[in-house]
Amino acid sequence: MHIVVCAKQVPDTSEVRIDPETNTLIREGVPSIMNPYDAHAVEEAMALKDQYGGKVTVISMGPPQAEEVLRQAISFGVDEAILMSDRSFGGSDTLATSYILTAGIKKVNEQEKIDLIMCGKQAIDGDTAQVGPGIATRLGIPQLTYVMDVLEVNQEKRTIKVARKLEGEKEILEAPLPSLLTVVKDLNELRYSSLPNKIRAARFNATVWRKDDFEMDLEQMGLKGSPTTVRKIFPPPDRGEGEIIPGGKDNPEEAAAVLVEKLVKQEIIADR
Amino acid sequence: MINVAVEISEKKCIGCGLCVQTCPFDALTLVDGVVQVDPDKCTNCGACVEICPTEALALDEPTKEMTNKEKEQVKEMTGTAREMSEELTKYKGVWVFIEQMEGKVSPVSWELLGEGRKLAAKLNTYLAGILLGDGVEHIAQEAFNNGADKVYLVQSPVLKHFRTQPYMDTIINLTKRHMPEIILMGATTMGRDLSGAVATGLGTGLTADCTELDIEPESRYMLQSRPAFGGNIMATIVCRHRRPQMATVRPRIMDMPEYKKDQQGEIIREETNLQEEDIAVKVIDYIKEKGKAVYLDKAEIIVAGGRGIGSKQNFKMLQELADTVGGTIGASRAAVEAGWLEAEFQVGQTGTTVRPKVYFAIGISGAIQHLVGMQTSDVIVAVNNDPDAPIFKVATFGIQGDLFKVLPAMTEQFRKQLRQ
Repeated sequence: MHIVVCAKQVPDTSEVRIDPETNTLIREGVPSIMNPYDAHAVEEAMALKDQYGGKVTVISMGPPQAEEVLRQAISFGVDEAILMSDRSFGGSDTLATSYILTAGIKKVNEQEKIDLIMCGKQAIDGDTAQVGPGIATRLGIPQLTYVMDVLEVNQEKRTIKVARKLEGEKEILEAPLPSLLTVVKDLNELRYSSLPNKIRAARFNATVWRKDDFEMDLEQMGLKGSPTTVRKIFPPPDRGEGEIIPGGKDNPEEAAAVLVEKLVKQEIIADR
Repeated sequence: MINVAVEISEKKCIGCGLCVQTCPFDALTLVDGVVQVDPDKCTNCGACVEICPTEALALDEPTKEMTNKEKEQVKEMTGTAREMSEELTKYKGVWVFIEQMEGKVSPVSWELLGEGRKLAAKLNTYLAGILLGDGVEHIAQEAFNNGADKVYLVQSPVLKHFRTQPYMDTIINLTKRHMPEIILMGATTMGRDLSGAVATGLGTGLTADCTELDIEPESRYMLQSRPAFGGNIMATIVCRHRRPQMATVRPRIMDMPEYKKDQQGEIIREETNLQEEDIAVKVIDYIKEKGKAVYLDKAEIIVAGGRGIGSKQNFKMLQELADTVGGTIGASRAAVEAGWLEAEFQVGQTGTTVRPKVYFAIGISGAIQHLVGMQTSDVIVAVNNDPDAPIFKVATFGIQGDLFKVLPAMTEQFRKQLRQ
């Protein structure tokens, strides 16, 4: 079984700092990581390979530095890792990104037929959850989103059975292969890298695919191929003047008492 | 001759790329998320300066006289733009996807009809619901009562349970036939699954998780605002050259519309010729998740903790306060990512959007992702030792101090004062 996983490099949100002047993200010094949901997709692909045999290929679109997430994927034990990187890809919104990744996936498929594609449910920097469905739509294959459990792969019938996580509910679906899955974190625990895989990762150089490696429509990628654009940016809405209870630093007990009295007197918090 | 070119402030540039699209001379590119100018191509025309949302671009010198060839180029560009906008005027109407499961409508659909009404009024057009399913006709009346002028109704056994492909095909067909200007969907698991597929199928833009929607009257653009760039900032997104304009909105962000009984509306019935054999995906079963569901969305009082809580152990202090006031525990993304509480407890952009009567934010700094998920709460109480924390900007009451002293004192005071 050949599984392709799409992975994105994202800034580590737990390390993000904000420029107080411009209110924007400070880019320098923020470590980059593999999007956590994508890491769970890689893990699931590896688990399926362990169970059913086959091969796992990871593909990422991004600047040259994104090679780092592919190195991480190699340390998880994946067989191949491809970076799609080209200046003309820059500034792509989700529609253009799915166009580029789809071109890459088609090329992988020409080299070795793909049975399953996996993505994280969304990336933690943009939170859009649109690229996975975009790729499935462009390839004309079923999309199974928010997968929390891969129940069964039937290689003879060429079907996959999964559980999707809905609001307060689980949905069990069966789909033909190839299909595209987007996954939530619930479906597995990440593995530790083995020493041989760490060594492989250290020596790893990603295969880099550029625009000219494909027949691609320049009008569909990058900023030109992106229908959405930023009109303006602005600070988040203010709710108006709140009341700061004095003495929080020097006399916290007293401040707490004043606050609670206000909440109780104004019947904001009432006895049950 | 020394070329004069536009000046770029790298610090202010957010890499949105608007200037790159606007530049008539292809003089601008994005390199590593920051705009760069090719001085050989730049004519110092100032188009980018005007459009830049962060004032990252500036003209150092007065505008240079354009050559005739350059004037031609600009004329040609604006010509195409005009043609395109004429094509766009054929699209009319605001559509809301009415999400239903087993005949039960997700409330976010009504919230969106409320919001869609405002957009339709500003555009001087109609408001419609799109209703797909099997035996769901009775829902159309509910849509009228919530403000819809029309309902596009497509019924078929293949549409009984939601599956992406038949829903996507049906909505794309409806859209091509009736050409709506705007389509809104709830940012639920169903809405996000479907909207991404439909937008790609139509080759149009889609903005996820909008917290504000508006109309720019001159251009008829839908202004779609959402938190952006991982910073403490909002961005307004537009889809300029493609239609329909599509957006998703999370539940409980918009207000419910005023419900009026027995409203009249027009039902437009459409057929689908999809057969069960055409659909690759089969629904095998639905299983209700038992017990552990956290009903943050229904809680009247939420006591939420963030990074400042410091450890899993310390959440016990939060639980004590929650028990005392009859509230439910919640957490920020930082606390969930640290593994102190499970994802079900997360409030914010990636967690649950909440609208309780009282929201206690303890040791939460108030990143924009968090704020958009709770700022419509009736009363917000913030405790944080950083007086500059953004949470104080939305707080009704705040204490700037050490939460490890303030929190137990609050619990003790509530115990005393509530018993009286």
